[in-house]
Amino acid sequence: MPHELTFLLVAGATLGAAVAAMALRNIVHCALAAIGAFAGLAALYLQLNAEFAGFAQILVYVGAVAILILFAVMLTHGSEASSSTRASGWAVAALLGLCLALGVGRSPSLWRDAKPAAGASARQIGGALVSEYIVPLETVGLLLTSALLGAVTIALRETETKTSDPGIHEERPPRASEMVSRS
Amino acid sequence: MNAPLAQYLIFSALLFTVGFAGALVRRNAILALVGIEIMLNAANLNFIAFWRFGPHPEALTGVMFVIFSIAVAAAEAAVGLALVIAIYRHRRTAQAPQFNSLRG
Repeated sequence: MPHELTFLLVAGATLGAAVAAMALRNIVHCALAAIGAFAGLAALYLQLNAEFAGFAQILVYVGAVAILILFAVMLTHGSEASSSTRASGWAVAALLGLCLALGVGRSPSLWRDAKPAAGASARQIGGALVSEYIVPLETVGLLLTSALLGAVTIALRETETKTSDPGIHEERPPRASEMVSRS
Repeated sequence: MNAPLAQYLIFSALLFTVGFAGALVRRNAILALVGIEIMLNAANLNFIAFWRFGPHPEALTGVMFVIFSIAVAAAEAAVGLALVIAIYRHRRTAQAPQFNSLRG
């Protein structure tokens, strides 16, 4: 059955990319593998006839969040100093995965042969967004604006308070006037 | 195997587990955030799968929830990475175990 084959291929690739993103040593490689996992999830959304969500996933994750992660890696000179993994974390995660898989496996109503429904067109979603979901839409717009303003405020270099800090003062590059006076 | 909903749910559970393990194990704060994003994405896939194979696919609830969830996750990623950069500027490290100024 071609649908199942594509599901197995895409799901395997996505899971492999996610494992690589969490297990590789080089942080840039991890970020690139995470981008692959996000793209695979977008393909799964498309396979489930959720075109709008799939393209939103590509725009937001493969586009914006990936660039944000790569810039953060570059700005922090990403390197993982100690490569010792914590075995307790793996044990807790494996226990959680076992519980989730058991929960799905032991629910008989999930295993019936569900017939797929027709997808939603972008026109339907747009109509619902501006009629039924108008208040959440405006709230999300407000949230995004305030969150991005907050992110800029947090990441901005605090010039007034930092000049009195001797630790930062030493690393300040020499000003042009100082360079001229030195030469 | 012709139970597509259970397939998607099991795949989503595995993906959530991978993200959870990464968020717990990785020491770099950026990679912990990537793990959290993978967990959020696994939850989104559950919403889409339940919407698609559920009894009322004409209600659009699953797709709407995923769209708003993607927007909130984008805001979360922006603020989280800005925090990592701000902490890096003070402590010269992005390793989460060394963010211990508040340890009692």
